[in-house]
Amino acid sequence: MLKGSDLLEPMDFSVEEMGEIFDLAAKIIANPRKYAHALDGRLLATLFYEPSTRTRFSFEAAMLRLGGQVIGFSEANSSSAAKGESISDTLRTVACYADVAVMRHPKEGAPRIGAIAADIPVINAGDGGHHHPTQTLTDLLTILEEKGSLENLTVGICGDLKFGRTVHSLIKALSRYGGVKFVLISPEELVVPDYVRDGILIKNRIPFEEVRKLTPVLPQLDILYMTRVQKERFFNEEDYVRLKDRYILDAAKMKHAKPDMIVMHPLPRVNEISVDVDSDPRAAYFRQAKYGMYARMALLMKILGAEE
Amino acid sequence: MLVVNSIERGIVIDHITAGVGAKILSYLNIDTSNHTVAFLMNAESTLLGRKDVIKIKDVLDLDLSELGLLDPNATVNIIENHKVVRKIKLAIPEKVVDIIHCKNPRCVTSIEPNAPHIFHLVDSDRRVYRCEYCDDMVSMEKDGLNELIHKKHQPSK
Ligand SMILES: [Zn+2]
Repeated sequence: MLKGSDLLEPMDFSVEEMGEIFDLAAKIIANPRKYAHALDGRLLATLFYEPSTRTRFSFEAAMLRLGGQVIGFSEANSSSAAKGESISDTLRTVACYADVAVMRHPKEGAPRIGAIAADIPVINAGDGGHHHPTQTLTDLLTILEEKGSLENLTVGICGDLKFGRTVHSLIKALSRYGGVKFVLISPEELVVPDYVRDGILIKNRIPFEEVRKLTPVLPQLDILYMTRVQKERFFNEEDYVRLKDRYILDAAKMKHAKPDMIVMHPLPRVNEISVDVDSDPRAAYFRQAKYGMYARMALLMKILGAEE
Repeated sequence: MLVVNSIERGIVIDHITAGVGAKILSYLNIDTSNHTVAFLMNAESTLLGRKDVIKIKDVLDLDLSELGLLDPNATVNIIENHKVVRKIKLAIPEKVVDIIHCKNPRCVTSIEPNAPHIFHLVDSDRRVYRCEYCDDMVSMEKDGLNELIHKKHQPSK
């Protein structure tokens, strides 16, 4: 029963509960008009203590497309937080007005404070580099819709595998499905941390390989998940510049990939995917943004217990 | 060998890891109490080599629930009429509230003043705890008690 649930971490929901959300998302994708009034009269509060236009738009579009309405703020200095109000007090107040709250905050664990204080469901839309569960939901829905299954896939993940929490959550989430194999492509300096390699992959006996070069492994992949190397993770400019251009996916490289491989990326990209890939039908990253909205629509309906 | 007389009635916390006794005194607010207390540092121990011992006279109801976090090897004996009437076995608490403070500067507890600092036990052998909010891990064994223990506020009288 997802009604009334918070979503704070990617693994908060079981495989079955995730399945319920994906089933509903598929129904919405097939017939969006049918759901245009599913959340009539409901109110979503979007509490963004740091700006993230992409994520906020995705949630707001999801709510509006279901017939619901939205209130909120998009940065901390336009909110009561600027006047020194605690997260608990803000959420307790917002819970008096809204039916569900989405919260983004630079501090790790902030949405949990909010969820404890508010008696309405709280969704974590990113808390620092900690968790971003609706990104994981988006990634899984994209794979399911594009590939037809979350099982028996060879998934290549390329770029910054050390700091990218999105990637760690994706590995953890996909590890719950059968027959998934990972090919981890990164520079030596940006390999997956021990808690992923030992704590998830080895512990659950998930087959994986770690490689430095992208092109040689491309032919075996069903999915290529590209990530950007984030500048703010580096102490010196030199290291960043050296590592950021290490993997650039372009049309020439795509010739080595399977005809039905899909390319994913959480966006925004910098230069790790060349624009000449955009017109390739295998480029799924903009469709991924659309699946993100559908995933959030299904999530909102489920936790608000809307009529299907 | 230094001899401290046995007490007629009270609590003896024995087999404390040498060096931890002073922290226990401070943390449990024994050092600021009016109780009669004998504190032995670096006493000889056949079991540990060196140990600390705390004897508190005429007190039987001290809250020792968090002693297992401070030193799970310590033993607690309740004494009446010079005899041990009860031995308390310490357990490492599964969940501790407002004892360990999260040191992660990115953790929400660094900015939310009234949030309780909650930690969950993840590895009892190494006494590793995980922050409820940011998932940061601290080892009571490795990171040192000094840094982690936030002295309990004394109840206002
Ligand atoms: Zn913390």
